[in-house]
Amino acid sequence: MSRKVALYGLLCLLCVPFVFPTWWMVTSSMKPISEIFSESLLPSEWTFSTYETVFKMQPFGQQYWNSLYIAVVVTAGTMAVAALAGYAFARIRFPGQNVLFVVVLTGLLIPSEVTIVPLFQLFQSLGMTNTHWPLIIVPIFGAPCVLAIFIMRQFFIALPPELEEAARMDGLGRAGIFYRIALPLSRPALGAVAIFTFLHSWNLYLEPIVYLSTPDMFTLPQALTQFVDIYGGPMWNVQLAAATMTAVPILVVFVVAQRQFIEGLAHTGVKG
Amino acid sequence: MTFWTYRRRDNLVGYLFVAPALLGSLAFVLVPLGMVGWYSLNEWNVLGGTFEFIGGENYARLLADEKLRDSLVATAWFAAGLVVLNLSLALLLAVLLNQKLRGTTLFRTLFFSPVLVSLVAWTLVWQLMLQPEGSVNGLLGVFGVDGPNWLRGETTAMVSVVVVQVIKNVGLNMVLFLAALQGVPAPLYEAAKIDGAGAWRRFRSITIPLISPTILLTSIITIVGSLQVFAQIAVLTQGGPGTSTTVLIYYLYQQAFQFHHFGYGATISVLLFVIVAALTLLQWQMRRKWVLHES
Repeated sequence: MSRKVALYGLLCLLCVPFVFPTWWMVTSSMKPISEIFSESLLPSEWTFSTYETVFKMQPFGQQYWNSLYIAVVVTAGTMAVAALAGYAFARIRFPGQNVLFVVVLTGLLIPSEVTIVPLFQLFQSLGMTNTHWPLIIVPIFGAPCVLAIFIMRQFFIALPPELEEAARMDGLGRAGIFYRIALPLSRPALGAVAIFTFLHSWNLYLEPIVYLSTPDMFTLPQALTQFVDIYGGPMWNVQLAAATMTAVPILVVFVVAQRQFIEGLAHTGVKG
Repeated sequence: MTFWTYRRRDNLVGYLFVAPALLGSLAFVLVPLGMVGWYSLNEWNVLGGTFEFIGGENYARLLADEKLRDSLVATAWFAAGLVVLNLSLALLLAVLLNQKLRGTTLFRTLFFSPVLVSLVAWTLVWQLMLQPEGSVNGLLGVFGVDGPNWLRGETTAMVSVVVVQVIKNVGLNMVLFLAALQGVPAPLYEAAKIDGAGAWRRFRSITIPLISPTILLTSIITIVGSLQVFAQIAVLTQGGPGTSTTVLIYYLYQQAFQFHHFGYGATISVLLFVIVAALTLLQWQMRRKWVLHES
């Protein structure tokens, strides 16, 4: 019994640094600025004026849309590229396969930060700086996709071949087998890939500040740091209001779907 | 027989399926990597519009650059602190959550939640909490401790960026460890108990060896990930005070995009690549040698 109490006590204590920042972000965004450094857990009076200020200072709705659509497109694109390549490397035999797999895998050794200078140069010469193209194309086809390909390949390798053989007897071609049999079965792995990819794109910071230069093109992480007063000092409570709006929707989705979320990730981690 | 045998069609489908990934790798990974190598042999000032072949001069500069040395030291401290703290905390949390206890799902959710908070939002909140008059010092004050100005002291700034990053992402490793712990067969523990092994002995001699593949996997992910930490540094400390938290990638960003030295920036990129590649290959090697049983 006392062991249980001690365990609960320890867990609650350990929870504090994980839970308090989020709690504090949400509540302090509704505090008057004078209370921003007070220790109180709740505002003495609730104010939502900071939320209005967020939209007055920045095209925040547009920036929200930018982040959201980029993350969705990158996620869908990565799932497609990774599923196709992962399947082919796992299940189809074709000449040169191993060499090509190694070529793709080198992406694991070369994080996208390493190539930021030539990529910037490339997109500048194509007139694509201050557009969202670099933030979409590079993650889908470049280094960030390689881990997704690896995860998908590991999944397809473990898939029992009997299912495909039966489908082949029924006259289904390779593309049909992939699309009708393998792909639907790979939902857990695809789910994990989707979560990783979405979060990666959503949190991207170096690339946006390198490529983007006007507020209406900014993504959320970049926009969050722009709430400063005319002297360049940060406007804490406005920042917190904007931060709350970027964090809470995802947290809500997570809490609703947390079982699939965590178990999907854990599953892939063990395999990959 | 027609030309399009099943075999031939299969080959074609294989090539078509891997084509997007392969072309992407060439265009956005391998060719740019080659260009990084080429740029590093040139003096290239974007503002001045000069591009001139200088051979190994950038590398000579790299060796003599004291700021780079500081940056490597900061990178090593950051990576070491992050890996040690992250893995031990992740393992501790996983072991706690693996007990037969009601409500562990709730705690798991809470420990995992920072993973999903947008990175810059999380960092901004901590920046505020780490101010001299912020909540962290407020909490310390309750215990009569007079907290420092965290982000303005060299050591405390490094400790801060490590801790903020660990709490943000430890949930991922925790989940991986938890899955690994649940895969350890219970009869092993029973047998060890009968042989009189204590809890610590069981942990050391059964748990650790059996989850060693996961320990290796998480350490690879965490070390390589630590070399890519940029936003947290940019927001929390801008590499300061002095150069105490200027990790390699932040130094690369400063040289290339703040001082517009693309050539020297590319040289730092080469160094970053060598470090990441060496670490990854080393760990793959260790995986073969050390890790018990792999399916």
